[in-house]
Amino acid sequence: MSVVIRVSSMPTWGRTVLELRHVSAGYGEATVLHEVSLQVGQGDVVTLIGRNGAGKSTLLRSIMGLHPISSGSIKFLGRDITRLRPHRRARMGLGWVQDDRGIYSSLTVEENLRLPRVIGANAWAEERLFGTFPVLGQRRRQMAGSLSGGEQQMLALARVLRMGADVVLCDEPTEGLAPVIVDQIAEILREVASSGATILLVEQNLRFATTVAHKHFLIAEGHIVDHLDNSDVIARENDLLAHLGI
Amino acid sequence: MTTFLQASLNGLVSGGFYALLAIGLAVIYGMLRVANFAHGAVYMLGAFGAVILYDMFGTPFWAALVVVPVVIAAGGVVVERTLIRRLVPLDPVYNFLLTFGLALIIQDLVRLNYGVVGQPYAKPAALEGRINFGPLEYPTYQFVVLIASIALTCGVWLALNKTKVGMVVRAATERPSLTEAFGVNVNVWMIPVFAFGVALAALAGVMAAPMRSVNSAMGADIVIILFAVIIIGGMGSVLGAVLAAYLVGFLQELAQMYVPAAAGATTFILMAVVLAVRPSGLLGRQEAAR
Repeated sequence: MSVVIRVSSMPTWGRTVLELRHVSAGYGEATVLHEVSLQVGQGDVVTLIGRNGAGKSTLLRSIMGLHPISSGSIKFLGRDITRLRPHRRARMGLGWVQDDRGIYSSLTVEENLRLPRVIGANAWAEERLFGTFPVLGQRRRQMAGSLSGGEQQMLALARVLRMGADVVLCDEPTEGLAPVIVDQIAEILREVASSGATILLVEQNLRFATTVAHKHFLIAEGHIVDHLDNSDVIARENDLLAHLGI
Repeated sequence: MTTFLQASLNGLVSGGFYALLAIGLAVIYGMLRVANFAHGAVYMLGAFGAVILYDMFGTPFWAALVVVPVVIAAGGVVVERTLIRRLVPLDPVYNFLLTFGLALIIQDLVRLNYGVVGQPYAKPAALEGRINFGPLEYPTYQFVVLIASIALTCGVWLALNKTKVGMVVRAATERPSLTEAFGVNVNVWMIPVFAFGVALAALAGVMAAPMRSVNSAMGADIVIILFAVIIIGGMGSVLGAVLAAYLVGFLQELAQMYVPAAAGATTFILMAVVLAVRPSGLLGRQEAAR
């Protein structure tokens, strides 16, 4: 069975920046994504919601080029990137925040920030970053492995902001973090979105998802089974939580 | 006391060789995730390179120090681009089969031409003789090798930790695929890193030629110790590899002096103890042990 949702019927703020057509992917013999198609418009803030193992992270990794897809195509800014290596995708304006935060523990905070290429006009200057994340400024010479979980997530976000990516792919940015830090992250993502960037989030925290995003794809067993707006998510919260097994 | 000093200096000399070789092994493993079992053969080729250049062209030691690593590194890049890079997506067993096979081929080609007997290689005239340290006399050449390997090791450490190139290498070593996602073409960076690791091993071979027996088995003997060094230091940690190299060299030479029968076993006893206490090695990241 393949479910293709025509997301183009949903309102988007601008032109399509990211388009997946019939993308399938898996691990060895097991197929995890079944012909997933979706479109994301410029300035959209979209979440992928689904229980563990539904294929959300695999989908995000496939878009970045970190997981090979077995069929289908991915277009970014009108260009077919299906066969491009991750570094080429990054240079075109795809930003990546990994689910484990992807902090280099053998690099200092400053080196973590400076490693990624500055690619877009929206790139944040270091003064702005250290203004928004004062703790990173105070610890810039410290090894990044010594930061707390929340601080590491701040660093992961700051790193992608410094790149100035047009589309930020963000895998579970709130996982395992204290509510006060989750609120801070929501605020920063809203600021990023207001500057015109597009954000695609994998998220289990529905409250967080509705405060940051305005569109949500529900993924189950490798299919996009539903798309929702914030009022749908709030109205069906108990239903969704039961589905997610939370 | 003199014996202890003598053993300590010997330990630092051996440790210096292990360090130069282990650094290359660690950066290559870190960035390519390929355990290069041919690394010992490269060291052996370095020593033979010096012997061959001298026999054929009368090339002096000092010139061999530059020419041999450059030529062998160039050959290494060809092997990396044509064979070793293909290992990256494959099961690690292929890594072992290919690099171990390469080591055997190189070793047997050398044996075919030079047999198993050690080849003579003279010390450079300027470094003949002995230096006097009060009660202890120590061969000048060995002492210079000791200083040179420490200086080279410090240089590599500074380059890795204080330069932009070093930053990229450290990042790609720790998280290769993530580094790609930040716009860094890790694949291209593998070329200089591999060349550098191979050049260091060849350089160690040239430095060893005047003081060690130059024979086709010298690489096979050392590569086992090198992998122990890498495991003791922590897979992928360059500083760990260097510390472990000196520790292993030091213990070996001390045992050689006081309990010669146990000298060969010290490295592996040390490895067993380190693995029992810290499964990820002295400076390895804890995740590596999972």
